[in-house]
Amino acid sequence: MNPSLPIVTPRPMPNRPRLAVFKFTSCDGCQLSLLDCEDELLDLADRVEIGFFREAARLELSGCFDVALVEGSVSTPEQEQEIRNVRARSKFLICLGACASHGGIQALRHLGSAAAALRVVYANPASVAMLEKSLPASDYVKVDLELPGCPINKKQLIHVIASLLAGGRPGLDRHAQCLECKRQGVVCLVVARGMACLGPATSTGCGALCMRHDRGCFGCYGPAQGANAAALARRFGELGLEPAAIARLFRTFYSTAVEFQIGSQSA
Amino acid sequence: MTTPKADDPGVRLIKIEALARVEGEGGVRVLIRDGRVEDAQVRIFEAPRLFESILRGRGLEEPPDLTARICGICPVAYQMSACHAVEAALGVVIDPAVRLLRRLLYCGEWIESHALHVVCLHAPDFLGQESVLAMAGASPDLANCVRRFLKLKKAGNSIVHLLGGREIHPINARVGGFHRAPRKGELNVLLEPLKEALDLALELVRWVAAFDFPQFEHDYEFVALRHESEYPMNEGRLISSRGLDIAMNQFLDHFEEQQVPYSNALQCRKKATGTAYFVGPLARINLNFDHLSPTAKQIAGESGIAWPSRNPFTGIVARAVEIVHAVEVAIDLIQQYEPPARSAVPLTPRAGTGNWITEAPRGILFHQYQIDAKGLVTHALIIPPTSQNQRQIEEDLIRFAPRVLDLPQHEAEWCCEHVVRNYDPCISCATHFLKFEVQR
Repeated sequence: MNPSLPIVTPRPMPNRPRLAVFKFTSCDGCQLSLLDCEDELLDLADRVEIGFFREAARLELSGCFDVALVEGSVSTPEQEQEIRNVRARSKFLICLGACASHGGIQALRHLGSAAAALRVVYANPASVAMLEKSLPASDYVKVDLELPGCPINKKQLIHVIASLLAGGRPGLDRHAQCLECKRQGVVCLVVARGMACLGPATSTGCGALCMRHDRGCFGCYGPAQGANAAALARRFGELGLEPAAIARLFRTFYSTAVEFQIGSQSA
Repeated sequence: MTTPKADDPGVRLIKIEALARVEGEGGVRVLIRDGRVEDAQVRIFEAPRLFESILRGRGLEEPPDLTARICGICPVAYQMSACHAVEAALGVVIDPAVRLLRRLLYCGEWIESHALHVVCLHAPDFLGQESVLAMAGASPDLANCVRRFLKLKKAGNSIVHLLGGREIHPINARVGGFHRAPRKGELNVLLEPLKEALDLALELVRWVAAFDFPQFEHDYEFVALRHESEYPMNEGRLISSRGLDIAMNQFLDHFEEQQVPYSNALQCRKKATGTAYFVGPLARINLNFDHLSPTAKQIAGESGIAWPSRNPFTGIVARAVEIVHAVEVAIDLIQQYEPPARSAVPLTPRAGTGNWITEAPRGILFHQYQIDAKGLVTHALIIPPTSQNQRQIEEDLIRFAPRVLDLPQHEAEWCCEHVVRNYDPCISCATHFLKFEVQR
């Protein structure tokens, strides 16, 4: 959840580095991004040895991994231990997506109303052990890189893996979506049409996807660097949005991000 | 199943701690006592994510985007059931062109999800390979097969990408329609890859139909939607191979969820009989063969499988046939497409309850929402296909396990995994809705 992760310069990878994919509490979508690389998948498999990827393979190698991709949040007692094990076995640990870096959509249960609702609806809790919160990997271990998104952008994933294979240091832009709209010639939805759009406070990564579909950004890529969510929330108020609706807009996949928390409380 | 002690004489466990090549986290235990299979459990340990609680208090326009996050493999299914259920609560009638676009989007997901399962997750079992990558490495012929069939997956994804904005958790579908409907002709770029995909899909059916299928017939109760003139997707009545025929909003009168102590997912059964039932591609084909597209019907007939098929191992052929169907329907829909007058119907909040079922790649997906006069969700209930198939999977394991008792442990485990993967279980889906108490 740390917005300014320490910059780690990885050593050049051995000839056929070992890659692993681990799942925690999640929808499987971010790791599916790897299998969705239909054109690159077999070539990638030539360049790396896949040592652990349960969604795709039965084989599970013991020992260490050069790169570990971690999907999902830590939300059970077992996972608290598991993330430490993964860290101990991995040279370079990358968090995939909003769940691994910020607790994800399931972190909405931290909000009071959801916690209260639970007590009404459980049937037989004895069989389920669960933490009170859905937490990011970085609450437990050092994380080398976080890929934003719900889901991640598979092109960013390929870029990062290719950079690491070349011994380079992968870098990701975290500027606001607004820059994307300007680059792509998308007329501003907030200014020109009075629509609620989280783009001014949301990180790039998807390429202004929603705005290109006549839809306000809903924050899948988390806060942009230097986001002023409070000012944006006030603007939504001036456009006629109810405070509760503004709060909901900031509370989806990155509800634990400080900037979005500020936005949700600034209406 | 009581937990047997290691030194129990005559007791053997076939134990798969964590299933590979499925979505989500689950294991299997088959208990054998004195050479007799006593019980089987699908143990789902995927962490619950509490979607039904999260949905309470959200705006009526939010369920499609929020419930998509239940599953990265079938987000369109969640968006479709959610859109329709909220529209039912509001009494909204959608534009025929929006209906067409939804079917097209769903075709894209059926193609990519089925291709993923057939090629990457399930075929390796039939060919004795641990993964699709190992399979591709086994021979140049197989590498070529994998490379070609991945194009099918890509063709499905390209529909979802163009119409939904991206493959995983697409952003364009909304309650009442779409945020932006494609312009006339904009979809035509898909036609060329889809025509190539149709040939590939036929090739895929022939490839999987030639696999060895164990003789494993059983008199299942198959359950699927049935539309008056189309292969089912977004609408229809709910029917079964034992004569059930109900409106979709009567679902909860006929089916119920039960909690089992060893699993983080609930199991669904027939209310009247307490029995298991079977949903998914095999159920759909068995109950709707007459509505398959012409090419799909023809290749299904030539596949050597006798339809209706009561052998769950032939589910892989059913999936491949449905790819042919979905590709052919997609081509047809694109050619018919005329943009709607408006991309979405405006929504007026009103209090109400909406129930809907659509056919997700893995089978029927039920959503129910209660909405208040202010337009907020006050109650949500979601029953995904895998929780409905869960008991059926266990019964298959009980019936199949006697055949593997003489095999070495490793092979016995792999055979049991194969039985589970016949259903393409999506454990992420099955678990999300567990009702639980927070451990403090």
